[in-house]
Amino acid sequence: MKGENRVLVRQISVFLENKKGRLLEVTKVLKEHDIDITALSIADTTSFGIVRMIVDKHEDAVEAMRKSGFTVSTTEVLAVKVSDRPGGLHEVLEVLKDNDISIEYAYSFVRQPSENALILFKVEDPLKTSDILKKAGFHTLKEEDIRNL
Amino acid sequence: MNYWNKPYECMEREQLVKLQSERLVETVRRVYHNVPYYRNLMQERGLVPEDIKGIEDLPKLPFTTKEDLRNNYPYGLFAVPMSEIIRIHASSGTTGKPTVVGYTRQDIITWSELMARTLTCGGATKDSVIQVAYGYGLFTGGLGVHYGAERLGASVIPISGGNTKRQVMLMKDFGTTVLACTPSYALHIAETMEEMGIDRKELKLKNGIFGAEPWSEALRKEIETKLEITAIDIYGLSEVIGPGVASECLYKQGLHIFEDHFIPDIIDPNTGEVLPEGEEGELVFTTITKEGLPVIRYRTRDITSLNYEPCPCGRTHVRMSKIVGRTDDMLIIRGVNVFPSQIESILIDIGQTEPHYLLIVDRINNLDTLEVWVEVSEKLFSDEVRKLEQLRKRISHEILNVLGINARVKLVEPKTIQRSEGKVRRVIDKRK
Repeated sequence: MKGENRVLVRQISVFLENKKGRLLEVTKVLKEHDIDITALSIADTTSFGIVRMIVDKHEDAVEAMRKSGFTVSTTEVLAVKVSDRPGGLHEVLEVLKDNDISIEYAYSFVRQPSENALILFKVEDPLKTSDILKKAGFHTLKEEDIRNL
Repeated sequence: MNYWNKPYECMEREQLVKLQSERLVETVRRVYHNVPYYRNLMQERGLVPEDIKGIEDLPKLPFTTKEDLRNNYPYGLFAVPMSEIIRIHASSGTTGKPTVVGYTRQDIITWSELMARTLTCGGATKDSVIQVAYGYGLFTGGLGVHYGAERLGASVIPISGGNTKRQVMLMKDFGTTVLACTPSYALHIAETMEEMGIDRKELKLKNGIFGAEPWSEALRKEIETKLEITAIDIYGLSEVIGPGVASECLYKQGLHIFEDHFIPDIIDPNTGEVLPEGEEGELVFTTITKEGLPVIRYRTRDITSLNYEPCPCGRTHVRMSKIVGRTDDMLIIRGVNVFPSQIESILIDIGQTEPHYLLIVDRINNLDTLEVWVEVSEKLFSDEVRKLEQLRKRISHEILNVLGINARVKLVEPKTIQRSEGKVRRVIDKRK
């Protein structure tokens, strides 16, 4: 399936050891392959970290990272538009709680000053969650939408 | 069932013991007269060759160690003049000088015979195409298998170790049916094949003849599954002859020691006492046909046990269990004996873990510590911290269960741990 028709957004996750220069190695590979990072989140423990990214050319990024010897995986996450005002995120989370959906992780990004912020959610059933949020009046974004922000 | 030399491989034990005794008496006489080192040792013990009348007298003889070979570097223990030696091999000296071994023309013939038996044990025939990916050179692996494969009449591809992509390409193009190399290199080849996107159906590979390092049953399964082959374990060491000392048959229930050429013993590594049949201890060999460098009760430092029960394959030669570890790579951590192979089994049991791991032993505040590095493959990877932490804890928990040791498990990036194209290094002991 081509990225253009996806309801969900593909995220590339990379395993990194917690040591100097490893993140630099990731950005170097992406730079060399002319890949733009749209959103970035890093989860870390004392010994290792997981870098999660939304990029403009997902397949290229996965291939390039693998070739450079990284362990990578693709995860589908849900991108939700929320109002950039106090309580904006809270409203989304309330809907998720009411529907008994737990969040594995979430991170946000803002491309440019605007009325909305974007939150990326990893949940167990992203398609179902997407429907629930749409019904509750929230707007979810496709991969293409994110690329065109 | 195929045999290379049925009369010897299936000889009745009574007859075999008689043959061993005759050959032992002759060997002892020869080393006494030709090797000053052995003559001195025997004289110190008040022994003359006539005291050794059969294999029952073997425990009277002194041991030979790797140290003794080093002290007589390079040719001190040779039992023939150099003019009779037609080949020299040497084993890698991790500390200082290598150990040097010499072969007469007859030794090379014997070795070729034993390797032809070994290859036959593993399912090879004269119709096989054998890719020899053991290193060629001073190491006995490459040339040992090579001569045996030629003796067998198979087609030999003497590619040696290294250049893995080329190995895979030639394996496909040349229609290799038998791969001979170290088990860790076989796994490396399998991984490279995956990376290159080679379809297994394009290969004719059927059998693997793997040895030169200890490996677990779990690793065998992994290699057999990945390469879709039957893999046997072979055993040997240059000081005794090289590969061709012992080999599994296709029943894979222990390695048959070629007893018409080598007499095995199992001893307590601490006391040197011969242990009762079936007990685990250090393997000791006396060569009874070698001319260039006969060894008397050579201590291999390998830990195994012997099984004299008949094997379904029909060979009568005693079977040694897979090597459990080495007296010198056996780690003693907080008083517990630990072999790297035990941790390897745990990792494969946990599932889908490609066994790329490294053990780091240290002593901090007078307490031994064990750190286990495990490479995170794509199969193990999760983008959730929680799941990776669970994996780490599970490995640590299993090690505690099996060995009773608290190990610190560290997940590391792929290719962090050095890949081997020869023998693999699994342990760094910082306590020394």
